[in-house]
Amino acid sequence: MHIVTFTRSTPDTAAKVWVDSDGKVTWGDVATVVNPWDEYALEETIAQATNGGGESTVIAIGSALHNDALKHSMAMGLKHALRIDAAGADTHDSLVWSALAAGAISKLGDVDLVIFGKESIDVATDQHSYQLARRLGWTMLSYVSAILEADYAAGAIKVERMLEQGKQVVSGQLPAVISVMKGINEPRYPNFLGIRKAAKASIPVWTAADLGVEAPEAATSVLGYMNPPARDVSTEILDAGDVSATARTLAERLFKEKVL
Amino acid sequence: MSVFVWIETFEGRAVPSSWEALGAARIIAGATSTDITALVFGENAAAVAASAGQYGAANAIVAEDEALRDYLLERYAALLSELVRSHRPSAVLAVASNRGRELLASAAADTNSGLISDVIELRVEDGRIIGKRPAYAGKVLMEMRANTATAFVTIRGRAFPPAASAKGAEPAIKIAAAVGAADAIATEIESFAPEVGKINLADAAIIVSGGRGMANNPKAPPEGISGDAAKIWRAKDGFENTLRPLADVLGAAVGASRAAVDAGYIAYDHQVGQTGKVVNPDLYIACGISGAIQHQAGMRGSKIIVAINKDAQAPIFKLARYGIVGDLYEVLPALTAALEQRLAN
Ligand SMILES: Cc1cc2nc3c(=O)[nH]c(=O)nc-3n(C[C@H](O)[C@H](O)[C@H](O)COP(=O)(O)OP(=O)(O)OC[C@H]3O[C@@H](n4cnc5c(N)ncnc54)[C@H](O)[C@@H]3O)c2cc1C
Ligand SMILES: Nc1ncnc2c1ncn2[C@@H]1O[C@H](COP(=O)(O)O)[C@@H](O)[C@H]1O
Repeated sequence: MHIVTFTRSTPDTAAKVWVDSDGKVTWGDVATVVNPWDEYALEETIAQATNGGGESTVIAIGSALHNDALKHSMAMGLKHALRIDAAGADTHDSLVWSALAAGAISKLGDVDLVIFGKESIDVATDQHSYQLARRLGWTMLSYVSAILEADYAAGAIKVERMLEQGKQVVSGQLPAVISVMKGINEPRYPNFLGIRKAAKASIPVWTAADLGVEAPEAATSVLGYMNPPARDVSTEILDAGDVSATARTLAERLFKEKVL
Repeated sequence: MSVFVWIETFEGRAVPSSWEALGAARIIAGATSTDITALVFGENAAAVAASAGQYGAANAIVAEDEALRDYLLERYAALLSELVRSHRPSAVLAVASNRGRELLASAAADTNSGLISDVIELRVEDGRIIGKRPAYAGKVLMEMRANTATAFVTIRGRAFPPAASAKGAEPAIKIAAAVGAADAIATEIESFAPEVGKINLADAAIIVSGGRGMANNPKAPPEGISGDAAKIWRAKDGFENTLRPLADVLGAAVGASRAAVDAGYIAYDHQVGQTGKVVNPDLYIACGISGAIQHQAGMRGSKIIVAINKDAQAPIFKLARYGIVGDLYEVLPALTAALEQRLAN
């Protein structure tokens, strides 16, 4: 039994991020973190692999920037980590990405389940998981808020999904790709031993040739990045003496703004 | 070379934000001198397609067979991919809802087409579709171009005005059928518990959100509840009996900060922010929320922000157009009363 999860490094959520004069996205020298949505996927991968007595692998696709996320994952308890570096891996084109990801899954060979976080907080496309599932021809179950049953021997999984219109219980066949939501678990913090072990581990890097895939031409191109227009807000603090009068003033202002 | 728009339906009715996708499709159809084809699958599809005509679709492809009655990713993606292969549209659009995202990403992979997601602005240059989208929690914008004959685009809710409606416009309707064997499906829906009457945060024009400050409810919990449980009781009571009445008067959805969600005051599906939902309503009222950067990431795009906080130094005031420095448990009931009175006139 083998569970795989994908992750990447992202700037810390508190970091100031901007486009510099060369048109590049930068966050100064603030450290990166493991993509926060992926903490739930990492925890679920560890839990599923541990319960099922199987293997767990975490994969990042792209530059050495993502080693930090892989080390963090190993420190949490992921058994194996690997990075895929290939032309086009950092272009944000999900078709190129999914071709490489599918190549890695096929090369590993024995994978039962792939677990994704809901989205990445940097590009936040929420599209990588689906395209990987389509390329592999596997079952896709998104927005999973609980794994209710997983029988790896029988190849069956039952999950609860959190959708805009309500909660759905779905059963499906393995192998499958799932994406998980916050709330599915409480991600653990890496402990000292884990951090030491991860620091020592060397992470293998696979190329497109290692995977035996020819990455397709990018179906999309990033034309450029720009800073958003500055939000021009002048704040008016309302105080009409007593709270009822202040509330009435606010109500009037909102009517004038035509937002009611 | 028409522009396809997938009209998302739920229980036989169009999800209203689908009309925004038709509005966005006009930009492409106008720039490339083509028309718009609405794709409607499932229960009541023909009737929904007729409405799509009123919102600017010249054609509609309707698939109503039993196998497509309820939305199922595999079946819908197989049909959408087949329609793209046979009709070669210049673009396929949908709203970036849960289903819109997974359906378009799947069909884009099937047909090796470029996908630009969560787009807030669209243009066409040299026949190629270019979308502008927020990245890094809206701290940066990026422009992406699709290089393929068909471009897939999901649009962010409330980013494009819905297409204007014209009474009586009838689309030319074509019928399509489900693709593939009915039993070749790897998933089965076992149950579904709809949440009726809840207003979807992503579609809401007005949102009233509560934060950790909701726990400072002066109301005393029943006998025997103390410590953290008392805090939770106070906050829950506040969400139900102080914040929700204001939301109800405004027809607003209820949002929350992560601190409120993590403390157990309200369910996660209300969370606004970087690890919750990104919203862009006309009016966002933040109550007892300090305005941490991760919360801002989810609501900065709101047109008018109102902050109600007892701490005049709270960062949320820097984003707000209007602020009231005070106890939310005094301000909200007063505001509810004032709005009730004003709206009655
Ligand atoms: C990776 C990561 C992701 C995150 N994602 C999110 C996210 O998606 N969404 C999110 O919201 N946060 C997120 N956070 C958390 C964020 O950093 C803050 O901790 C959180 O937003 C604080 O919530 P709050 O404003 O309700 O609480 P606090 O910061 O504690 O603020 C409470 C406010 O209530 C006011 N108050 C108290 N009592 C009253 C009263 N009676 N009347 C009026 N005002 C009162 C106080 O003055 C204070 O300003 C994330 C953090 C990290 C690290
Ligand atoms: N380059 C990458 N390497 C590994 N995982 C990734 C990469 N890009 C995105 N992911 C994962 O795919 C999921 C969805 O990301 P996205 O589609 O970018 O929102 C998240 O769990 C990400 O961590």
